[in-house]
Amino acid sequence: MQVSKEEILHIAKLANLNLKEEEVDTYMGHLEEILNFANIVNKAPIDGLEETIGVNEAYNVFRKDEIIESLNRDELLQNAPEAQEGMFKIPKVIN
Amino acid sequence: MEIYELTVHELLEKLDKKEITKEEILASYQNRINEKEKDVQAFVTITEQEAKEEIKQKANNPSKLAGIPIGIKDNICTKGVKTTCASKMLENFVAPYDATVMEKINEAGMVSFGKLNMDEFAMGGSTEHSYFKKTKNPWNLNKVPGGSSGGSAAAVAAGMVPWALGSDTGGSIRQPASFCGIVGLKPTYGLVSRFGLVAFASSLDQIGTLTKDVKDSALLLNVIAGHDEKDSTSADREKEDYTKALKNDVKGLKIGVPKEYFGDGINTEVKEAIEKVIEKYRQLGATVEECSLDVADYALATYYIIACAEASSNLGRFDGIRYGYRTKNYENLKDIYRNSRSEGFGAEVKRRIILGTYVLSSGYYDAYYKKAQQVRTLVKNEYAKNFAKYDVILTPTASNVAFDIGSKINDPLEMYLADLCTVPVNIAGLPGISVPCGLNSEGMPIGFQLIGKPFAESTILNAAYTYEQNTDFRKNKPEFKN
Repeated sequence: MQVSKEEILHIAKLANLNLKEEEVDTYMGHLEEILNFANIVNKAPIDGLEETIGVNEAYNVFRKDEIIESLNRDELLQNAPEAQEGMFKIPKVIN
Repeated sequence: MEIYELTVHELLEKLDKKEITKEEILASYQNRINEKEKDVQAFVTITEQEAKEEIKQKANNPSKLAGIPIGIKDNICTKGVKTTCASKMLENFVAPYDATVMEKINEAGMVSFGKLNMDEFAMGGSTEHSYFKKTKNPWNLNKVPGGSSGGSAAAVAAGMVPWALGSDTGGSIRQPASFCGIVGLKPTYGLVSRFGLVAFASSLDQIGTLTKDVKDSALLLNVIAGHDEKDSTSADREKEDYTKALKNDVKGLKIGVPKEYFGDGINTEVKEAIEKVIEKYRQLGATVEECSLDVADYALATYYIIACAEASSNLGRFDGIRYGYRTKNYENLKDIYRNSRSEGFGAEVKRRIILGTYVLSSGYYDAYYKKAQQVRTLVKNEYAKNFAKYDVILTPTASNVAFDIGSKINDPLEMYLADLCTVPVNIAGLPGISVPCGLNSEGMPIGFQLIGKPFAESTILNAAYTYEQNTDFRKNKPEFKN
């Protein structure tokens, strides 16, 4: 399994990560090695088998439509790097 | 015998007979932390001072566990106390709520002594991937304690807390328990609420126990098990008293031993120890047969595909906006996302996010992720086939004993291969327990694993208990060799 430099940079972009030049080579090597190993799933006898997304039987879980007390806004905002007037603050996105 | 050497059920007996007091228990553990933490480095945050106050407040709590200390893995949210996941990303994060398991621990009157070290975001098998410190194995301070719940296992083995909570996504409770010579239980997926556990791979993660013996595992499982509306994957089942399952009798129990876990990948001394375990079970009246679980390699590959895919999605929430680390170096929103993540996550976490993003990306989804989900069905079916014949399945917990600190840190694949025996259990969502079964020639602990049918915790706990009560391995104590 060959992974190109362009591919790893594309993946890093999708994942919102910057990679330094020396990191690109390390991650490329590791990714290739791990994918070569992981490729074994393509040899598994899985013809006709369904996909399992989770181990418990898939079902919808409902709860009662009741008003319950939610978490305190000020407490939640205490972990925010920047907040103003009860809201999370981010740089301007519209000119 | 010192108080810190006792199990929790022994502490309860002595409290009951008024031979010791809760204050003496607290003092004994505090002294032990003062004495051993500098060598072992198991804690990220120590809250023993708060514990002293808490014990006073909880003096009138009628629960029999009131005043018993506990240690908590640092990916379980604790209201008012930092939950860091051993990551720079969450270095200063204080959860505004308690995880459901913490509500249960608090209701039972237990007092948390602090938050225990781990591999960053529970990704790793050695606790070397912590942003803060490297935890040492109490049996030999040059060795890793295992991981990712390495701080939990080391703290219990060193007698700094009588028991601890951990989490297990691919072996993160059982493997460190095995490396540190204690008992580690990963319950069935859904038995314990995951609400407030920082998510790594949601379809595999499960909270469980690290204890000195099997009876304590049953006691602590009694506290944390149960349905929770806040976790839609939690199972709605009737409560069981797991201590009642401990009968010290395995006559007629049918044990299957998959031959695939005795191949080249398993260390010779580990194999010999497991063979003695098998012999012991036979003497005790169980039937032990060789069986086949021909999915070992597929399961491991599948695990890394699914776990990384889910992690890449789960860790998308760390964006430097609502909580967690924010970069100082930005001009626009995109910079905040990318730079906060790049500076806040460690190397192993980034590696897994990249692998996860890759297997989910267009063009590779069908070749990896979809195949892995099909292999998952195969693994489940293979277990089901075996459980039609056997009550429990027995394997080594880990392919080898604890390794030297630094020896595998640059070889991620080799580190992953060490999880061979534990990951299939998470893929099938089954309960598994690691039990000490001796020391190797260097004096490092070896553990074996018992795997049960879904929600058959009682069966594996009784099987583990019976072995433990008829052997003396739990009496081995770590020597803090240097």
